[in-house]
Amino acid sequence: MTYNLTVSPDFAPDHISGWYFFNTWLQRKLDVGIHLELYDNFDTQRSDIRADKFDLIYANPYDASMLVREMGFQAVVRPASKSDETVIAVNAESPFQTVEDLSSGCRVATTDDPDVHTMGMIMLESADLDKNNTAIKEYSSYVVVAKNLLNGDADAGFFLKDAYDELSELIRSKMRVLVSSQISVVHHSLLVGPRMAEHIPAIQAALLTMQEDEKGKGVLESMDIDNWEPMDSEQTEFMIDLIDTLID
Amino acid sequence: MSEQDTGEVSTVEITYFDGTKRMTDIVDREVPYPDGKLIVSRTDPQGFITHANQAFIDMSGYSEDELIGTNHYILRHPDMPAVAFKGLWDTIEQGTKWHGYVKNLRKDGAYYWVKATVIPNIRNGKLVGYTSVRRKPSRSKIEESEALYKTLMAEE
Repeated sequence: MTYNLTVSPDFAPDHISGWYFFNTWLQRKLDVGIHLELYDNFDTQRSDIRADKFDLIYANPYDASMLVREMGFQAVVRPASKSDETVIAVNAESPFQTVEDLSSGCRVATTDDPDVHTMGMIMLESADLDKNNTAIKEYSSYVVVAKNLLNGDADAGFFLKDAYDELSELIRSKMRVLVSSQISVVHHSLLVGPRMAEHIPAIQAALLTMQEDEKGKGVLESMDIDNWEPMDSEQTEFMIDLIDTLID
Repeated sequence: MSEQDTGEVSTVEITYFDGTKRMTDIVDREVPYPDGKLIVSRTDPQGFITHANQAFIDMSGYSEDELIGTNHYILRHPDMPAVAFKGLWDTIEQGTKWHGYVKNLRKDGAYYWVKATVIPNIRNGKLVGYTSVRRKPSRSKIEESEALYKTLMAEE
């Protein structure tokens, strides 16, 4: 039987090859066939997830909620010291110095990344801004969000912090961070679906010692992950409860 | 920080819903909510704190050891009407999410405003506790809440 693996589309394009190396490494470790399918947008991936196409998913926290509570997936590991944080940035020349300087009618550039968008909107609440009094436009990538800020076509942009930090120095020098979230307990995780549940002990054992294996270490580097940490069901439920409090 | 803050210190007796009383100093000084942070805590079904994140420790002024095992009502500011908390408990005991604006009391007697959300934690169909997440409220919501709570306090 061949299993199916997918990865939340919010990783930096530089790490695409890393996920292919990971898949090859994991297949050898488990001695099972795994097919990797990558997506460039969240909506298409989510509809395939709902169609029960996948057995192994490196998911963002928002999707983890659906996978665990509705589809019986279990989180097995998370990347160590890597949490999902959101940045609200503006054009460096803009007059806005704090979030509270933004006002009704503000043009917001965002992506279809559900966690980043949710957290971005939460950080706008202190300025009394919400979806009803802002002009929100969704773009295909963080680079396009940045372009809209640089061109003056958006007043504020939402970024995954990791993605913001990976933008070129030239682009970042033309932007300014208004606020950066510091939540630390919201992060991606690797989840295993019911069809693959029998492999959970082997997956966890392989991944938790991955950094000790010479090939594994190289694969982790190519994915920009230091090492994996175990996740138990209570840690997963805690994160899902937290995400639930952020969704109205 | 609120423009109306006087920095005045007063000693008040706070009576909690379970009849417990404590004397404490109240300082009329607002500590601004830190940008980008969420204050996170969990309690058992009776409201005793089982988890506090660093933002909670920093903003409340208590140490983690002081918070864990203490009832969440230790944060109740005397300017908060009892009816607001009754609404919270009535909502979460029905298994639903509660949102509200809350003026919290710090250990040093100063205060901070939050937009709070509390949800029940259900595991295998059983209530095991509550998670409370607080975020930065807008100035206009704080002003609306101050006015509302003053009216409610006057009626209590």
